[in-house]
Amino acid sequence: MVRTKAFLKRFYVGLVFFLLYAPILVMIICSFNNSKARTVWGGFTFGWYIQLFRNGAVLEAVRTSLLLTASAALIATVLGTLACLGMAAMGKQSQGVLTSITNIPMLNADIVTGIAIMLLFVRFMNLGYTSMLIAHITLCIPYIILNVMPKLRQTNKSIYEAALDLGATPVYAFMKVVLPDLMPAIFSGFLLAFTISLDDFIITYFTKGAGINTISTMLYQEVRRGINPEMYAMSTLLFLAILLILFAANRFQGNQEDKENI
Amino acid sequence: MSKKPLIDLVHISKAFDGETVLDDLSLSIRENEFLTLLGPSGCGKTTTLRILGGFVTPDRGRVIFDGEDITMLPPNKRNLNTVFQKYALFPHMNIAENIAFGLKISGKSDAYIRDKIAYALKLVNLEGYEKRNPTALSGGQQQRIAIARAIVNEPKVLLLDEPLGALDLKLRQEMQYELIRLKNELGITFIYVTHDQEEALTMSDTVVVMNQGYIQQMGTPEDIYNEPENAFVADFIGDSNIIDGIMLRDGLVEILGVRFPCVDAGFPKNLPVDVVIRPEDVILGDPGKGLLDGVVSHLIFKGVHYEMEVQAGGFEWLVQSTVAHPVGTPVSINVIPFNIQIMNKPVSEDEKAVALDE
Repeated sequence: MVRTKAFLKRFYVGLVFFLLYAPILVMIICSFNNSKARTVWGGFTFGWYIQLFRNGAVLEAVRTSLLLTASAALIATVLGTLACLGMAAMGKQSQGVLTSITNIPMLNADIVTGIAIMLLFVRFMNLGYTSMLIAHITLCIPYIILNVMPKLRQTNKSIYEAALDLGATPVYAFMKVVLPDLMPAIFSGFLLAFTISLDDFIITYFTKGAGINTISTMLYQEVRRGINPEMYAMSTLLFLAILLILFAANRFQGNQEDKENI
Repeated sequence: MSKKPLIDLVHISKAFDGETVLDDLSLSIRENEFLTLLGPSGCGKTTTLRILGGFVTPDRGRVIFDGEDITMLPPNKRNLNTVFQKYALFPHMNIAENIAFGLKISGKSDAYIRDKIAYALKLVNLEGYEKRNPTALSGGQQQRIAIARAIVNEPKVLLLDEPLGALDLKLRQEMQYELIRLKNELGITFIYVTHDQEEALTMSDTVVVMNQGYIQQMGTPEDIYNEPENAFVADFIGDSNIIDGIMLRDGLVEILGVRFPCVDAGFPKNLPVDVVIRPEDVILGDPGKGLLDGVVSHLIFKGVHYEMEVQAGGFEWLVQSTVAHPVGTPVSINVIPFNIQIMNKPVSEDEKAVALDE
């Protein structure tokens, strides 16, 4: 009886993971398949990866993606953190209202956000790198707030006053005492924003303008033209990159918590 | 002790969102004094401390420190340091870095800072804790570090905001002695905020009892306890029987229809007054042997003494005695004249007795 129960437990967990990751696993296997057919195993090869890195358009898209994501996440981190500080200084009621408002972009359908931003931009500027960057910053800010706000709420407000009391100017007190305390939350917010921005397709698609491609929009274009195993390789790399970042973020947070619980 | 005033609060008023917290408060604090602001929550004691620290600007009035007006001076420019209620140690710095924080800002040399850290840790009995993390310390230890961090800057005044509030009873009592020792060794002024009357009586040179933004009474712990000026003070400091009375003439007061000789004088004839009698001053005896006869209605063992309630003359007397009288025993009540304290009737809401711990 106990055995069956233990088996069923494990079987269920296994099933969930299988359903979640089987498609990705198939894609990863296909990226190493020395055959263009999806149903035939033609032997192991790195060929698609090599072709991928010789493809100028792909490399250009990777470059655009990384630059876009890094700058969007960075700017969003600064803006989001400042927003948190401002919100923390407000009354309870306005703070609650604002927090809900900043959550909306996260819950709103991406396609609605994408179209809305596009409509706004075509009125004021040409679609291109700048419009894409602004859209991505908008996309990222809620995730920063989501990470930083709870940490800011639980920090002891008197540590800032204690720093002033010991002779620190407000700026020095903020840099030396408040910011280091928030840093872990800010950093994990940054990583989360990075992944969100890196794998976003819909908002990018509507705001990117002609001639510019990120990894995700390029994949979409290529797949429409016909399935090419190069794209499996590309997707596998994207998946691994995101996985690594999330892993790093978790490890980082875990370490911080250990430190605090000594 | 020097009698020179170090700090003068002059006609301070403060309101938050239209609610008055301090109303025209004036207070003079001497050099080297251990002064305690005592009162229930919301009485304005913490606001007073925060005005001294520079975290709150008064709506009206001035703060004079050592002859200088510091009302508008920001906290980082003031020559006083605060020990916060929740310690407020910097969590990402070790103990040495915490203590060095103020010294580094004032640009002291590394050698000086090292010496000062060692000296401060020795003073609070935590030698060798330099490299520890604040989160690895117990509440009592964190509080000592918070004190060390404040005093290395050699402030003229140390402000303490209910620093022992989060500690358990035994540790609190130990820390009370520790604080008295520290104050004597450092020779600086301590301004201490608490709602714990025992803490205030044990440590202070001067106790300032506050309620609803007003100072109710200011004096030595003995004055405050033995000669409360109004019902609020009598009730807040220790237990007391507060009974309506009529001052018949100097040295004679009528309580519950019975004439009690007392030592107070100078009240108008036949003035209605409040009479305070501490429960430990009520002497129980055999019926007919005292001024008033009654019956014991409650008996509780408290450790040091028994606490009884006695119904006599239509009033429920609170009595403390090392001798137990079982419930139902007829007894007499007697009080020696010296232990009867006469007070004027309250003239405003804030002077009335409050039921705090009931």
